[in-house]
Amino acid sequence: MSSGVAVDLQDMWIKFGDFVAVRDANVHINGGDFFSFLGGSGCGKTTILRAVSGFLEPADGKILIGGNDMKGKGPNERPTALIFQNLALFPLMKVWENITFSMEVRGASAGERRKRADELLDMIALSDQGDKLPSELSGGQKQRVAIARALCAEPDVLLLDEPLSALDLGLRHHMRTELREIQKRVGITFIYITHDQGEALTMSDNVAVMRTAVIDQIGSGKSVYDDPSTSFVASFVGMNNMFRGKVKSISKGQALVETNRTGNLLARITTGATGKLAVGDDAMVFIRPEGLHIAEKSAKSNTRIKANVRHSEFEGTSYNVFLEGDAGKEMKMSLVNRGEARLYEPGAELTLQFDATQAVVVPAGELASE
Amino acid sequence: MLTNYFKTNGMVMGWGLLLLVFFWIVILIILPQIYMFNLSFHPHLPPPEMGGPKDFLTLENYRYLVFGADGNPDGYNKVDLLVFIRTLTAAAFVTILDLFLCYPIAYYLGQSTGGGFVRILVLLLIIPYWINEILRAFAFKIIFGDSGVINEFLMFFSVIDSPIDFIRANVALYAGLGYAYILLMIFPMYNVIESLDRNQIEAARDMGAPWWMIHKRIVIPYAKPGISSGCTMVFMLSAGALAAPQILGGPSSLWFTQLVYQWFNTGGNWPQASAYAIILLLACLVIVLSVMKLFKVNMGDIGK
Repeated sequence: MSSGVAVDLQDMWIKFGDFVAVRDANVHINGGDFFSFLGGSGCGKTTILRAVSGFLEPADGKILIGGNDMKGKGPNERPTALIFQNLALFPLMKVWENITFSMEVRGASAGERRKRADELLDMIALSDQGDKLPSELSGGQKQRVAIARALCAEPDVLLLDEPLSALDLGLRHHMRTELREIQKRVGITFIYITHDQGEALTMSDNVAVMRTAVIDQIGSGKSVYDDPSTSFVASFVGMNNMFRGKVKSISKGQALVETNRTGNLLARITTGATGKLAVGDDAMVFIRPEGLHIAEKSAKSNTRIKANVRHSEFEGTSYNVFLEGDAGKEMKMSLVNRGEARLYEPGAELTLQFDATQAVVVPAGELASE
Repeated sequence: MLTNYFKTNGMVMGWGLLLLVFFWIVILIILPQIYMFNLSFHPHLPPPEMGGPKDFLTLENYRYLVFGADGNPDGYNKVDLLVFIRTLTAAAFVTILDLFLCYPIAYYLGQSTGGGFVRILVLLLIIPYWINEILRAFAFKIIFGDSGVINEFLMFFSVIDSPIDFIRANVALYAGLGYAYILLMIFPMYNVIESLDRNQIEAARDMGAPWWMIHKRIVIPYAKPGISSGCTMVFMLSAGALAAPQILGGPSSLWFTQLVYQWFNTGGNWPQASAYAIILLLACLVIVLSVMKLFKVNMGDIGK
């Protein structure tokens, strides 16, 4: 099976009439990567996928697959296979016919097709189910049939449009692992569309986080989580506590931000925000719930936050404490349960501290809506 | 099931509906058919002698279609048999013609995302049916006549020198019949195709399937209930049509229903007419059921 074909989007714009669905996308996807586009509904991520698969043409810019310009090539002329959100299995064909439809198109004999179907059915652990109709399979099994059907065409790039969204939670978690394993086994490039950050972070080598029509950041799951380029990424990926303020001083990659209500906070300027912040600029400081702790005496004043407890809950592995945050917003602190953590009474005033390297600061901007 | 039915509709309404359905099916459909069926096994007698000593059960009326009157020198009733067979083949031809004409339209309507143009198209299909069948048939007669629009047009551009006799060639008849039942073919297919998931077509395209293969493997199998429902109706109705063949048929071509009509009216021989009508009905049923069997369509699918 071919492997390791890179996909490049260069200055790509997609428009529907006057409406700009994707604005100037520049993405390099390494061959053999599991790459995710992560974004809310209507952000243009599915549009990008449809452009890569050839169902629509970009208004401007290029799509390269394995270095070849895909301009003017239809879906069937591209080395891609698409898995639809609703899977789009053919309901009147048996499972094995579904899987080998691409071979039927090329005129392969029934014997050949059956043999290949059995191989693929083995791979997805559905041996002996080939003669069933798709409607006789469970949700997870249908999922695997859709993957096998796409892989049967031996594509260089597999495109997946939120294929797990129809499954229930348990199965979804299970399929994440399975998808990742299949990807490693076949070694081809996977491009995955999702609005579920859990899926994107657990499965992907790299993630592109999309705001409306725009790609805000591309990087590994860890860098997107720990080193967000924009306020949107910081607020979209994972839970985050946000503090608005103005930059007071900058030194050694860190900025001191004078917040409206929480005093001065020292935070690390992220890689993507470097050079984009100057003294006096509006900025946003983000601190993760797990980055907040009960303050020790030695804590410096600019890494301390005073706040009142609203309520708290015990989650087993951790305690979540919800406090009165900036601008009336709720602030969340997660304390790992090591035995000493305890529930705090509502109204109690706590002093929290954080590590300035774990707090990040970016220019003030758009936030992900909850 | 019935208790639920009465619970949702109420006693009065429930019984009312049941009675109406009963009236419709038994009084209007079954009883007349049984009467005709019975009549077809009796000799042709003036009313006072019916039930009298000359009345007995006989297959004479059925025999007549095959062998003709007693002492027929040909041995077979060639004229009527020919009409019978020609009617069924022509009905089949009209059905196939309609299928080929309507499938693309139904597919286009079913897969389009709606919008003004589609609504206008549907309106254009429906509005001509506000005009009654006989007027439409006469309109076709005028269009296809010797000095009709088509002949005039062709002669004006010197494509032909003398008018083509479309009526004698039965072109007008096929066109008229085909047109009469177009909606009955389009709408069942459109209904089914509309519910076909567009992603399936895109998935097939993505896997490289050419358009004809998408239709062969995905759209047509999916639309089969609609196709069979449309074909059944068009075939049954064309075989049983009377007005269009009467008006548009060539001088030498009788439709089997015209024979039935002649026996009922001109001939006044009701038993003979009943026998002919029943033969036509049975022949149509047998043909439809065998075609359904051939294409593996269930009766239940047609109701979809």
